[in-house]
Amino acid sequence: MDLDRAVARDSPLHRADPRLKFVAVVATILSISLLPVGAFAALVVMWLALVLASMLARLGPLKLSRGGFIAAPFLLAAVPLIFVRPGDPLGSIGPLTISGEGLRMFATIALKSWLSVQAALLLTFTTPFHDLVDALRDLRLPRILVAIIGFMYRYLAVLGDEASRMLRARAARSAARDGSAAGGSLAWRARVTGNMVGSLFLRSYERSERIYAAMQARGFDGTFRHLAARPIGPRAWGAFAAVALALIGFEAAAHLWLPRA
Amino acid sequence: MTHVHAHDHAGGHDHPHPAPDAADADETRWIEVEHLHYAYPDGFEALKGIDLSVARGEKVALVGPNGAGKSTFMLHLNGTNAPSHGSVRVGGVTVERRSLGRIRSEVGLVFQDPDDQLFSPTVRDDVAFGPLHMGLPEDEIHRRVERALASVGMAGFERRLPHRLSLGQRKRVSMATVLSMDPSVLVFDEPSAGLDPRGRRELIGLLRELPQTMLVATHDMRLVAEVLPRTVVMDDGRVVADGPTAEILADTTLLEAHGLEGA
Repeated sequence: MDLDRAVARDSPLHRADPRLKFVAVVATILSISLLPVGAFAALVVMWLALVLASMLARLGPLKLSRGGFIAAPFLLAAVPLIFVRPGDPLGSIGPLTISGEGLRMFATIALKSWLSVQAALLLTFTTPFHDLVDALRDLRLPRILVAIIGFMYRYLAVLGDEASRMLRARAARSAARDGSAAGGSLAWRARVTGNMVGSLFLRSYERSERIYAAMQARGFDGTFRHLAARPIGPRAWGAFAAVALALIGFEAAAHLWLPRA
Repeated sequence: MTHVHAHDHAGGHDHPHPAPDAADADETRWIEVEHLHYAYPDGFEALKGIDLSVARGEKVALVGPNGAGKSTFMLHLNGTNAPSHGSVRVGGVTVERRSLGRIRSEVGLVFQDPDDQLFSPTVRDDVAFGPLHMGLPEDEIHRRVERALASVGMAGFERRLPHRLSLGQRKRVSMATVLSMDPSVLVFDEPSAGLDPRGRRELIGLLRELPQTMLVATHDMRLVAEVLPRTVVMDDGRVVADGPTAEILADTTLLEAHGLEGA
């Protein structure tokens, strides 16, 4: 188990400063979500920009587009809009009437979320997770929050290893006699699983105490301290300004000129 | 940050670890433990009167069966545990609440499981943790991180992630995390546990090279024989034997009585 989704490549986007990258991606997601309903032309422009970014990051043109579907299940929440939104009736499924306005809205939301996820993926694919954690800290996110994210990142792998060892130990003893299925009743198996979760929790809890002792042994007094961040160079600022201007121009065009359906 | 100033005032660049209070600090009794008793909050008495003194630069093995109190004892050396009775002094400084900052830069404790010791996202962050919390200036921290990693043969691993290193590598980085604090005493809990033969050889070489006063709790009698000239046997919260390693390891009756085996 590993939170790190960074794809090791050498590209301008990989080399870009994580702090600026983070801000630029958040700004991109914001500009996507501010697009008006039915701004499909603008959404296509944004999609093309993301395909371009994907190629620039040497990920292949459609890696982001494919990855964007991971959030698709959340779209279920928007499905009722198709039926409850007042508008021209387009047809009906059983007792439910499909509204044209509702369908337009649903399509906009679906595309927006798909593109937003892609923007976020661009960040995680091109930035090692620990650089991202450092970036969050340098951007003045509360230190305790950053520390929690850092610990989670460090220990999810350890926890995952422990869990998989336990599962293996269970599997190794899940024997069956000829002609009968392995394991007992559902309730019994549920209890075994519950015990495993509990013991994983206890182990983690004990580990947290040992970690705290190790931190104290090296002078931890309740305040997280960190090495100073690298300064951001003029070229990085220039690139960042260009992205910001492009986003502003894009947003203005989407609201003023680009056609809507 | 009193300990930092104390270090500065003591000066003496010819000596890497100037005595904090030269009059007090007796080099032949750099670690001085007197009548140490410790009971856990539930009443279990883990240490029943430990007396021990270790000279500066001495390398001592701490052996004994599981539950003898070795780990509990080691946690007293840097003040993680506070004695119920008795006292612990390191370099002339009594381990107590007030002196914790100073003691923790003096005593480097390396825990058994490197996954407990290495809690930062990257190797550099972890090795820099101690120096950062000692309040050292940035450029000095960078120097120390580099030096500490080089001294355990892990130079160039700064940006690597602890969970992607092998156990042997993680153990060595664990050592670097305390070496970067420039302690005069190193305390290791089971340093060779779980290492493959090559990892173990590298560890033994490393322990031999390190000049610090060293206390090593271990079941690895071959490691004891090769690296640590003095051995202290603990059992049931007491020191039951203390002497030159060769003599202790030759005393099979003693070893058997305390559930140990010779090298």
